[in-house]
Amino acid sequence: MSVIIVAELSEKKLKKQSLEAISYGVAVANQLNTEACALIIGESEEALASLGSYGLKKVVHQKQTGTLLSDNKLAAKFIAEICAQQQAEVVVFSNSLFGKAVAPRLSVKLKAGLVTGAVKVPDVSNGFKVRKSVFSGKAFADVNILTHIKIISLNANAFDIIQSSNGSAEVIDSSLEIGSSTINVMETKKNEGSISLADADRVVSGGRGLKGPENWGMIEELANALGAATACSRPVADSNWRPHHEHVGQTGVAISPNLYIAVGISGAIQHLAGVNRSKTIVVINNDPEAPFFKAADYGIVGDAFQVMPKIIEAVKNLG
Amino acid sequence: MKILVCISRTPDTTAKISFTDQNTTFNSDGVQWIINPYDEWYALVRAIELKEKDPSTIIHLINVGNAENEAIIRKALALGGDEAMRVDADNDDPYFIAQQIASIAKEGYDLVLTGKETIDHNGSAIGGMIAEILDCNYISLATKLEIENGTAIVGREADGGEEKISTPFPVVISCQKGMAEARIPNMRGIMAARTKPLKAMEAVQSDCFTSVVGFDLPPAKSGVKLIPADTPELLVKLLREEAKAI
Repeated sequence: MSVIIVAELSEKKLKKQSLEAISYGVAVANQLNTEACALIIGESEEALASLGSYGLKKVVHQKQTGTLLSDNKLAAKFIAEICAQQQAEVVVFSNSLFGKAVAPRLSVKLKAGLVTGAVKVPDVSNGFKVRKSVFSGKAFADVNILTHIKIISLNANAFDIIQSSNGSAEVIDSSLEIGSSTINVMETKKNEGSISLADADRVVSGGRGLKGPENWGMIEELANALGAATACSRPVADSNWRPHHEHVGQTGVAISPNLYIAVGISGAIQHLAGVNRSKTIVVINNDPEAPFFKAADYGIVGDAFQVMPKIIEAVKNLG
Repeated sequence: MKILVCISRTPDTTAKISFTDQNTTFNSDGVQWIINPYDEWYALVRAIELKEKDPSTIIHLINVGNAENEAIIRKALALGGDEAMRVDADNDDPYFIAQQIASIAKEGYDLVLTGKETIDHNGSAIGGMIAEILDCNYISLATKLEIENGTAIVGREADGGEEKISTPFPVVISCQKGMAEARIPNMRGIMAARTKPLKAMEAVQSDCFTSVVGFDLPPAKSGVKLIPADTPELLVKLLREEAKAI
């Protein structure tokens, strides 16, 4: 029996969300008195060497990615085979693009119940109950998984990374044949801006209160100073002040960074639904009645054009 | 071309979320029900746009739910579907729902479109499950869809960017922002929807893999700490020393 964690690489490094999934998987394994094993698809000596320090004893490494990352049908088939080899009892994904594409297929393949968007380790005292985020972050549901094998996908920023000083993991090389894909990747395009919104730890976001795209300089400057990604509200994206992939909210991207700074955003309920899982929320708005203040941890009632330069300066002076 | 669009019913985006029966049931008092926005704005409207380009396209709608769902199914028909089916079942388990849809989707559809998730369960599971049951391709989080020479050309979200891919039929596609612009039904559509076929069907036998046992609300925020506008640098100090966020 084991807990398998499907970990993802980005530029040969383990993604932060995957480190969270690994820590979560190790906690689940401890709970069930079994061992945790990570599955890594792709090449990275550095990532493999570091895995022991997260409490893993075993890593299955599939060096050849082939079409596994672009074809979820092949990926589910491959992961199902690894699960059989390792006698997986629980499979943990990140609730990422890859997790969303593959976990539902694997659920059907393994006849294993799936809970997506988990926010807590399962309660195994009576059954196998997983708490997940529902109603776009406005509530939680407790879901019992009724099948022998269980699949969980973990929300970003829902579980802290636990790294101990040392420890090493045994690496098992996998070289399964992947088979051929009927999906043809014609073109890939990277978004501009250095930090991807979904992975960002900090996000600075602007709304209609900024009056026009020409005023985005201060949003970008604060984001740069903080190492943050930039985002915007729906009206801003709809007016083409900013690209659509920056739109956070119910119908745009849902994010859960450690720090979310909203400038000139009133906080419509649909916007809150996309950001309310952020750990610390800062709202800067000249309208004291803006509903966003009710959901914020820190607020400044004031004119963004006056306030922002001082904040940027203070951040730059932090060192 | 035959398209099957999956339509789910969800509370309105502004609905107040609360629970009854010792936190086991969603409190639907005063709640307005709508078509799940991702199903409507992106999946259904894109299907309608494809039909406008190629009028021989057939659009069928499928919903899994009880008779109360027929109001939102009629609205979807008013937007533009040709006919609709409702599998009569009241069940939250994604596998059960995927089995119901797959049992219909296997009857010769080229495209099965879903929203990227529902705004109540936030599961993003149904599309991938249908594809696995049908043993066909699944393109998740699609932002563009064109049909060219019997293949689907799809734009989809990829890590830090976008990818353009092509896939043969049949294919299941989950749709999100970028796919189409929201529309409202016009009077002619609303009149026509009254007489479009809406067939209630019995559920097929299926296992359930999960069951929802309860709900909970997140703890309320302890209240905002306001910082005077003339000393915004204090915010930076608090973010570092108190919130430990920077």
